[in-house]
Amino acid sequence: MTGLAGVLSQPFLRYAFIAGAAIAAASGLAGYFVVLRSQVFTGDALSHVAFTGALAALAAGADLLVGLYGACVLVALAMAALGARGRADDTVIGSVFAWILGLGALFLSIYTTSAAGASAVSGVNVLFGTIFGLSAAQAVIDTAVAGCVCLALIVIARPLLFASIDEAVARARRVPVRLLGAVFLGLVGVTAAAATQAVGALLLLGLLAAPAGAAQRITTRPFRGLWLSAAFAVASVWAGLLIAYAAPKVPPSFGILAVATGIYLAALALTGNGRSA
Amino acid sequence: MSWNIVADVRQLFLFSFMVNALRAGTIVAVAAGALGWFMVLRRQAFAGHTLAIVSFPGAAGAILVGISATVGYFTAAIAAALVIAAVPRSADGRARSGESAIIGTVQAFALACGALFVSLYGGFLNGLTNLLFGSFLGISPSQVVALLAVATAALAVLAVIARPLFFASVDPDVAAARGVPVRLLSGVFLVLLGCAAAEVSQITGALLVFALLVMPAATAQQVTARPMASFWLTIALGLVVVWLALAAAYYSVYPVGFFVTTFGFAAYVLAAAGRAAAARSRRLRLAATPAGSTA
Repeated sequence: MTGLAGVLSQPFLRYAFIAGAAIAAASGLAGYFVVLRSQVFTGDALSHVAFTGALAALAAGADLLVGLYGACVLVALAMAALGARGRADDTVIGSVFAWILGLGALFLSIYTTSAAGASAVSGVNVLFGTIFGLSAAQAVIDTAVAGCVCLALIVIARPLLFASIDEAVARARRVPVRLLGAVFLGLVGVTAAAATQAVGALLLLGLLAAPAGAAQRITTRPFRGLWLSAAFAVASVWAGLLIAYAAPKVPPSFGILAVATGIYLAALALTGNGRSA
Repeated sequence: MSWNIVADVRQLFLFSFMVNALRAGTIVAVAAGALGWFMVLRRQAFAGHTLAIVSFPGAAGAILVGISATVGYFTAAIAAALVIAAVPRSADGRARSGESAIIGTVQAFALACGALFVSLYGGFLNGLTNLLFGSFLGISPSQVVALLAVATAALAVLAVIARPLFFASVDPDVAAARGVPVRLLSGVFLVLLGCAAAEVSQITGALLVFALLVMPAATAQQVTARPMASFWLTIALGLVVVWLALAAAYYSVYPVGFFVTTFGFAAYVLAAAGRAAAARSRRLRLAATPAGSTA
């Protein structure tokens, strides 16, 4: 316990633990619905957009957070609007994403060549996260935003669950299915933007998918799965942070993803291959 | 840059690094076009994406242990292709939600491993962006030879299996009934695709392989439905995109990955828009002559 107290006496670690837990809880809750609604792909899309949005803001001389949240929420809402008829196939979506990432590479190079003192570090940070680099102000913002996302998700959890599992019946029972879907995607966008700072744009898909996938393997009861998913995500972040703290050469994002993947593998091994979620 | 096209083009060939880049780009465009065409036909775009992403930790790990990145790219991508081929086909029967969670986890974990290797190697941040977003500087002659050897081998195998593979891709059930070894073909194809994804990764970076693997094929299949025509058009488009992108990157400060994706995507958008316009004018013509309308 003295070791843990030692860890928490460092301000940057305290920020990382608190903000990381909030972000992880939001990712776990949102991820559960993302996997349930077969929208993992949306998470993938948002990770590309998060990178390009953040670097576009940097290249334009604005604050990184503005670009990050702006791009993620806008694209999430646009995807909700396209929603039903936008069932484009793999090649189209993949081409668009590749181009968005190409734009991100352009903004990265504009930023690194134009701004004085800027280096490729910021680009790498957006890609792979900087949870140990959070300032006090950032930690407060992230914790508040992620906390609000958690609350909102818990409030809409019951109707959203209904709409996700049986859309037709939910619609017949006057559940506002389309509105719920749009609100949910907006929340996923906010979560993606917050998670980008913790684990990076490239890895946020893992934080959305792995804990939720593991939870759905272990239990088929929805609310238990929801809490389990959030718990797995928080556990991954904390354990990953401790690993990164103990072994300074290991980036925290890798620690987080390794623990999350380990939990998923354990869930797969425990439940065997026969049972599907 | 002088806007004298002949002089500008000649200047492209002045430096040996640029000649190497053009050679490598040409080889990669042909291999990626040929395999990408089959990949789009077989709707395996995401397998290609995963193979490319896995090649990133492969390259980073190879650099970490001190062997050439080229070896790492090919080893990782081909190993991943074998794993994907070995996993029993569960695409139809099982719940899809669980499966996409697995894919997402695997991709994120592979990228995290790449980040770990880069961090363990210590401080080559520019190297990291090059691995992810591509670089055409510093392609060595031996790397060109390696690319050429792998591309030639892959294309030779593809030439042998092309006809049954086409059959198996278009109608797997009938092909299986006719005694075509569908499962084996699909495994061999994935390994070839791994080679192509690893080759493309070395030019465009691991994140942007879609630019050469998918976009030319998708564009060509928008333009024509005839298999042979769209196959050759795919390769031609890939070559044009790579050459233009390398030239643009040479004359600007921006990364080659951006130009490859932008030119590829522009070609795709143009083709899709052209097709939509053609379809609309045909509909209008049909509407103008109601007697001839069958729809």
